[in-house]
Amino acid sequence: MSKPIEPNSFKTGPDEEGHFGIFGGRYVAETLMPLILELEQAYKGAKADPDFHAEVANLNKHYTGRPSPLYFAESLTAHLGGAKVYFKRDELNHTGSHKINNCLGQILLAKKMGKTRIIAETGAGQHGVAAATVAAKFGLPCVVYMGKTDVERQSPNVFRMKLLGAEIVPVTAGAGTLKDAMNEALRDWVTNVDDTYYLIGTAAGPHPYPELVRDFQSVIGKECKEQMMEAEGRLPDMLVASVGGGSNAIGLFHPFLDDKDVQIVGVEAGGHGLDGDEHCASLSAGKPGVLHGNRTFLLQDDDGQILEGHSISAGLDYPGIGPEHSYLKDTGRVEYVPIMDTEALEAFQLLCRTEGIIPALEPSHALAEVVKRAPKMGKDKIIVMNLCGRGDKDVFTVGKALGVDMETN
Amino acid sequence: MKTRIDTRFEALKSEGRPGLVTFIMAGDPNLEASQEILNGLPNAGADLIEIGMPFSDPMADGPSIQLAGQRALKGGQTLAKTLAMVASFRKSDNKTPIILMGYYNPIYIYGNERFLEDASAAGVDGLIIVDLPPEADNELCIPAMDHGINFIRLATPTTDSDRLPKVLENTSGFLYYVSITGITGAAAPDPDRVGKAVAAIKEKTDIPVAVGFGVKTAQQAAAIGKGADGVVVGSALVSVILDHLDDQGEAGPDTAKAVHELVSDLASGVQSVKH
Repeated sequence: MSKPIEPNSFKTGPDEEGHFGIFGGRYVAETLMPLILELEQAYKGAKADPDFHAEVANLNKHYTGRPSPLYFAESLTAHLGGAKVYFKRDELNHTGSHKINNCLGQILLAKKMGKTRIIAETGAGQHGVAAATVAAKFGLPCVVYMGKTDVERQSPNVFRMKLLGAEIVPVTAGAGTLKDAMNEALRDWVTNVDDTYYLIGTAAGPHPYPELVRDFQSVIGKECKEQMMEAEGRLPDMLVASVGGGSNAIGLFHPFLDDKDVQIVGVEAGGHGLDGDEHCASLSAGKPGVLHGNRTFLLQDDDGQILEGHSISAGLDYPGIGPEHSYLKDTGRVEYVPIMDTEALEAFQLLCRTEGIIPALEPSHALAEVVKRAPKMGKDKIIVMNLCGRGDKDVFTVGKALGVDMETN
Repeated sequence: MKTRIDTRFEALKSEGRPGLVTFIMAGDPNLEASQEILNGLPNAGADLIEIGMPFSDPMADGPSIQLAGQRALKGGQTLAKTLAMVASFRKSDNKTPIILMGYYNPIYIYGNERFLEDASAAGVDGLIIVDLPPEADNELCIPAMDHGINFIRLATPTTDSDRLPKVLENTSGFLYYVSITGITGAAAPDPDRVGKAVAAIKEKTDIPVAVGFGVKTAQQAAAIGKGADGVVVGSALVSVILDHLDDQGEAGPDTAKAVHELVSDLASGVQSVKH
């Protein structure tokens, strides 16, 4: 593919039809078209409504606990011996990850639209927990679709969702991971069109989801910019975030896209390596296709069948990627790199020991990239990494990967 | 340009009855068995044939068709093989319209232009691509028309009078009215409600309207067919295949026969209707 001409701004997308360059769009069944057009209108209305913004801001502050701190990781920085490493600590949010930012925005939108039932898909369960949380707070019934494999490897989050009153539907189709859960959520939505709001958890799906999820997550980058100016009096040299569907990353990146001196790196799940099919690096190893309502980079075979992929991190286990990331890769604005399961596990343990923070496996991928880059950069350089989730949910997975018997230890 | 679909609906109109549109998944459970099932459909009473192009992520399909697609993919089905099935069918039947139905990605990866050329050469008359709404007409719908292939649009209970003109704009061959909000093979539609919806659509267009989703028996086919130009049956046929597989999941000697028997039964249903 030839590189498009560099635009004046990387922040103008999407266009009226939901495209970021050639990516994005609205590739859905006719039954859903009127629904997503209705959502688009409702979101346009909300964007122009100061009261809506005030309500989001109020909940962000008093319910989620925003702004999340921008934390200088002094011990890790000393350990790596290079650039100063800061964490944007979205793992300290209520529910333990950045997912709540999006869920609060969308549930307010659902209320505004008069919807009375919430459905969501989840991989690691972080989005499912956040969706169940806001549904509980606003008194709406919530059904969460979760791949059967993920139900098994993320049992703490499954129980959390149940405590919050959500109904969990394990999805057995395919490999039983995030993409299968998304298919099943779409099937529910196409069946229950009158009362149901589909609360998508990542910056993917048909327009306007990639845009509105990004907008609700951009609070991360906006706060980060202000906090960095306060702490260092200048913008960082590099941003690093993990990408599965890409919502935490786009949330951090978007406010910085036109700051040309800020280098931006997205970290994909390299799984067992890019040589085989055991990874989820859709940008590094996939090619453009159409799935779940948008054109984007996908892991697929020569016949256009979507591959299952693999990652130790359930939250990165998705064969696609939000369309805006595809655009940012295509234009060269953001660099996307893979990190292997083993490297993420190393980084996970390193952060526990150096900073006393147990990170989720998703940002552990981003951290592994920081571990590679920081030592090669001067001590006057600054990296900000999005620490988008806490690792409580992952201790069993990590224990298993490290060969620890949790019963006896 | 007149396609086999146009000719067939004209013939049905002069007969004064609705047509039976049968759906099977290409390559289910394997290429040979699927070809045998396909080749016998016209004799069994199918007036038009829809062939599913298997896809790994069939977001608008219920369990029956999901499983059919998985069986086909497991059996090694590809888009190229599906086109070859149509070409093989055309050696013995040059009249029964063939419509390929599925999702966009396998076509996009095959290459839209190459696909349309090969489909046209194989003898494909129409396309139903579930995830290409009118908003994306420039991608495949308009180019398909240039190749003499009908692009058949779905209208649904959520397609209101504001949206209907957009759906009808570039539709050709026939309009596929989805009788329920939901996935394929779900609850049976209410014939009265469907009849009213089809009548409302027919006020706005002269092209034939076929109704599908949830039709399983000859009786339902007759009831739905009263107010429609065609009745589509898919999940019920695909389920017959599933019920007639051996322990290894392979087609047995009576698999094709069982499918054709149900098609004959359904055909008697639609043929009992006089418009």
